[in-house]
Parts: sequence; C-alpha cells; structure tokens
Amino acid sequence: MPISLKDEAAIAGIGLTEFSKNSGRSELQLAAECIKAACDDAGISPSEIDGLVSYTLDSTDEIEVARAVGANDLTMFSRINYGGGAAVGTIHQATMAIATGQASTVVCWRAMNGRSGKRMGQGVSGDITSSDLVHWSWYTPYGMLIPGSWIAMIANKYMHNYGVTREDLGLVAISQRNYALNNPRAYGYGKPLSMDEYMASKMIAEPLCLYDFCQETDGGCAILITSAERARDLKQKPAMIRGVCQASTRGQEQMTSYYRSELTSLPEMELAAKLVYEQAGLGPHDIDAACLYDAFTSEIIMQLESFGFCKEGEGVELVREGGLDIDGRLPNNTHGGLISEAYIHGMNNIAEGVRLVRGESTGQPDKNVEHVLVSSGVGVPTGALILGKD
Amino acid sequence: MNTEEQRTFEELIYSYVGKQVCPRTAAKDAVNEAMIRHWAEAIGDRNPAYTDPEWAAQSSRGKTIAPPAMMYSWGQEGFPVVAQGRTPDAQSELVEKFNENGFFGTLGTNVKQEYFKEVSPGDTVYMEMVVDNISEQKATARGIGYFFETLATFSDQHGDEIGTQRFRVLKFIPPAEQAAATESADSALEVPTRIASPRGHDNKWWWDACDEGKVLIQRCRDCQTLRHPPRPMCGECQSMQWDSIESALAGEVLSFTELHHPKIPGYQYPLICAVIKLGEGTNLVANVVGCEPEAVHIGMPVQGKVEQVDEKTMLPQFYPA
Repeated sequence: MPISLKDEAAIAGIGLTEFSKNSGRSELQLAAECIKAACDDAGISPSEIDGLVSYTLDSTDEIEVARAVGANDLTMFSRINYGGGAAVGTIHQATMAIATGQASTVVCWRAMNGRSGKRMGQGVSGDITSSDLVHWSWYTPYGMLIPGSWIAMIANKYMHNYGVTREDLGLVAISQRNYALNNPRAYGYGKPLSMDEYMASKMIAEPLCLYDFCQETDGGCAILITSAERARDLKQKPAMIRGVCQASTRGQEQMTSYYRSELTSLPEMELAAKLVYEQAGLGPHDIDAACLYDAFTSEIIMQLESFGFCKEGEGVELVREGGLDIDGRLPNNTHGGLISEAYIHGMNNIAEGVRLVRGESTGQPDKNVEHVLVSSGVGVPTGALILGKD
Repeated sequence: MNTEEQRTFEELIYSYVGKQVCPRTAAKDAVNEAMIRHWAEAIGDRNPAYTDPEWAAQSSRGKTIAPPAMMYSWGQEGFPVVAQGRTPDAQSELVEKFNENGFFGTLGTNVKQEYFKEVSPGDTVYMEMVVDNISEQKATARGIGYFFETLATFSDQHGDEIGTQRFRVLKFIPPAEQAAATESADSALEVPTRIASPRGHDNKWWWDACDEGKVLIQRCRDCQTLRHPPRPMCGECQSMQWDSIESALAGEVLSFTELHHPKIPGYQYPLICAVIKLGEGTNLVANVVGCEPEAVHIGMPVQGKVEQVDEKTMLPQFYPA
C-alpha cells in the first residue's frame, strides 16, 4: 500500500543567516547558525534533530553539522545532487523519512560561501574525468563554461518561438527587484532597478544580460520538518506539505538537454507539476503565490507554462500584465528570489514559501495565501513543493 | 625587427644553447644544521627528518638530512652579488642580448627539481649549470618573447648526482615597447588553448576521430539508433554493441548563444555556440563561424568541417551553407 506524502509532514521552522558577499566565516559555521535559527524558530532544541539532508554540492558533512549544533542520534541523512535541482528534493527526502517513521525531526540546509568561496557561476574548467564532467566537456571546448551559457541556448530558442523579448525578461527582473526593495535581507533592498538600467546592462550570454542572472551569495538557510501532528504543537503556524516530488525525464542532461525534440519547454518541470498537483489534489487555480526557481529570468516565464498557469507560449502574457507582481494573479518570489534576494541554491525560496503561508513575507499579498508552489532548479533534475495553511 | 633581423638575432641567442653558465663548483659551506634550521623555519616545514637529530637517529636513515628542495640554496651567492654585482657568465650575457634587442621583460615562469640522492650535514653540494634550451619566438599574454631554460645539475663530494633543477624564464617585449618592435609577431603564436575534453572509455574514440578531421555519430549495432553524446548502452534496446557513422556535417541552427562575458583565455571572440541539428538526425553543439555574429539565426542552414582552432585543438566548426 503506497504511503501518500500529503499532509504527513510540515515545515515547523526556518532559519537563515544574513546574506552577504563575504561572510567572513566557514560554511560549517553558516550551517550551524542557520540550523540553530531554524530550531529557535520552531521552539525546539537542536538535540532533537535526528535527520539531516543537504546538497551533494554542500561542503559540510552532516556529522560535522550534528556535532556543531549538538544533535544526538541521527537515524537518517541524505544528499541530493544537481545543484539547485536539489532544493525541493531535500524536503522530499525529509517528508518521506517522516511519513515512514525513519526520523521525527529533519533539518534540510544549504550553507555556502557562494561569493567569497567557491562560485557556482564560474562553471567548469580544468582536468576533469568523472562521467558528470565528461558531460560538461561536450560544451567546454566550444566556450560554454558557465551556467548562463547553458541556459541561454534554451532561452534563445524559447524566446524565438514565442516572441519573447529582452524587455519581457526585464519585467521579471524588475518585478523581483521591486519585492526585494522592502526585504532587509535582500541584495536588492532599497536598490530600485529600472528598465533603462536593465537594457543597458552588460550582455553575458545572449540573450541573457547581467540582470537576468541570479546573485552569488554567502549565507545559509535551514528548513526544519517534522510530522504535521507535532508541528501543530510547536511555536509557529505549520506550513503543511501538501505535495512534494522530484522529477527527471527521458534524455535529461544537467543544464544542457539539447538532444530532445524541442528546446522550448521544460519536460522535467512538467513532470514535477503533474506529480505535485496529483499528490496534493490541487491544480494551478489553487495556487495563490509561488517561489519559482530563478537562477535566470527566462526560467520563470517557462515555468509558468510547465505548471499550467497559462498555455504553452503564453507565459510572457502573464508577465506583461503584471501577473507576478504583488497584486497579480501569481505573486512570485516575493522576497526578491535568487535574482534579487540571495542565491542560496533555492533553499531561501523554500523559506519564503513558508513565510507566505504564515502571512509574514515582506512582500505579502493582500489576498489570502492558502497554497504556495515552490520549485527546484531549472534545466536539471528537479522537483516541486506545495505548501499550505493548516 | 624585420624577418632578416629576427633571423640574425635568433642565430645569436641560439648560439648560447649548451653553453656552460658555471662549471662544477663546490658550495662555500658544507651542508650544515644551522642553514637547514633557518630554511625549515622560513618554509614552515616541521619534518623532524630535517631538524631533530634524536628522532632522525631512530629513523631508517639514522641521521638528519637536508630538505631536498634546498639543493639550489647551498650554492647561492650571498651579499657580495648585491654589493659588487655578478661575475658575467653565459646566462647574464644571454640576458644582456635579449635586453639589447628590446626583450626587457623578465618573468621566471617555472622551476622543476628532480631528486636522486639525499645529503646530510657534512656533505658538500656541487653545482654545474648550462643554458639548456631556448624556445622559438612566442606570443604570450605578457608580450612577444622567448623562453629560455637553464639546467643545473647537483652532485655530492663523491661525484654522485643528487638532483637537477630546470629554471624557465620568459624574456619578452613589455606591451609599451610592443608597438615599436614591428612584425615578427605572427609566427609561432603560443596563446592559451581551449579547455580540452578528458578522454575516457566512453568518449575517447569520438575525440580521437575529431583529431583526424571526422565527426562520428554513435550507432547501435542492434537497433541502428543513432545517439549523441556517446554512451555505453543503447537507451532503446540496451545493447552494448555499437559502431559509428561519419556525419556529413550538414545541418541547421536549432538554437545559439553569443558569449560575451567573461572572455575566457584561449577562446576567440566573437564566439557563437549553437545546437546544430545534423542531417543524420542527431544534435551537436559546436561553434558557428565564418559570418558576422548578427547573421546567425535560428533555422540557418550550416555546413561544418573539423578544423584546427588552436595549437592543440581540433573541433567541428560550422559555416553558413
């Protein structure tokens, strides 16, 4: 008898460090700080943590974190691959563990010196031998070494097919910057972005310019998950996990799925949408706000289609009519997102999803937010999460 | 410097190859504990094999040894060189010839030491040095220049070789002087090359064929399905038997991106990467060249050929068809 993950678990705490370009401390310390903050938010002691999940890209071992924060016995620990594609995947692991009794209090974290230390944006280079890195080498000799170049190939084809312009991408960047203006944690706090500035900014990998790219950030973010039942007894209003899934599709590559029939959609995101809606018993019309993964602006428009908020090729219309803004159909990345708040590999988008459900976002829409959709990395094996009010 | 002048200059500098910089000469001091201690402290090397006689007595060697990397320091001139200048030798003459011809810039690029035998306090280190080789003219990121390499050979009082050191120096025309030194820059360019693919079990054959001017497409020997990039098993029928066909490299641009920033050393800009839909049916990522970047568009018919794009790299490049 399959176990449904719907409403089995809830997010009971979120914890963040400050976001900066130079944290001045170790990634282990960032991890410990944000995990402690998540425990404080939930009103529990770190000694109660019995499960830990992070990204394969995170440099800090679970047991280092466990010793640092004073966790006791761990009965579940796991890692998810594929960069930002791991974000929701960590919650998926935690939810499965809780639903099957493998752990009772699981923390998912990502802590990185993403600007002062290893910068994801620098891409790949050098002597490489693993199968994963042989993969990159089909692109490196030609000059495609950075994430922006891999995504630009998809963005260009998509934009060509559906008449999406640079100004349209600019609208996404500006919408998210407008949210960040009010968010003291955000890189974009108090720094407005105009369309003129957007259009004049440096071209990186055509059609993507500087402001189409996410930040590079030092910081940590932790999400504490426990059973729905227990979450109700803790300090915060629980953010119920209505549905959560991972998804990778046939012919999937990491960032460079250029060998499928068309390059104008995100099949793995469509699969994630199907799975998460089915699990939650919800559809796009039930979603009040979203935190769609936004390493690049073009990814937002494509995901509007993957998740059924509009028909194929019509994502841009939703953007043009202000659908992503605070009074729009789908307020999106109300903290500023990876583009204007911080790039913590998508973990900070999950934290924002929790705030929206709690009604605590600095970009909280006036309308009732019953359900929030959060997605993981785009162009990679990914996943989706629907959070709901209890 | 015109071609004739360059030839004359190169004849002159190449005559130094093989010349002795110094004959086999004993270091002023024997290998000693004080120098070893100073060196180990400066480097921060706490290996007791160098500085702890009691520990060393219990070790397999039975005594302390000098850090092998100190080899070159035993024969170093000290204060007198600073105070009185260096006695001319073949190396200093060679450097002077470079300077006289505008190659003022000096950059020590690398040192390579090899160790054959250990020495201990009481031993004497002898050094002999020759000008070992001088490169062709190179266009480096620093400027046009020549690499020269000295080879020092070290031996002990028994005449046993203890190690060698190769010291490579770039003598170049600094950019300000570059404009004045006309021509001659075009020959034998050595600039950074593109990042090459590692070659493992699953992809080496593809790149080896590329080196020979061919783009191959892997084909399942059982169900005949073409696949790219290569992988060991057919995703359609799970067969591991495969061969390949050669692509005619006729295709069209499915999508592309022009890369602006950052500009990676070894890559020539403007730089266009494209997904090419090949006539055979598979897609291939490669560069589009041979036209203005603005002319590249989705749906553009292209014809590829495998070309040498830099000193080390053969790659398929696609031209407007």
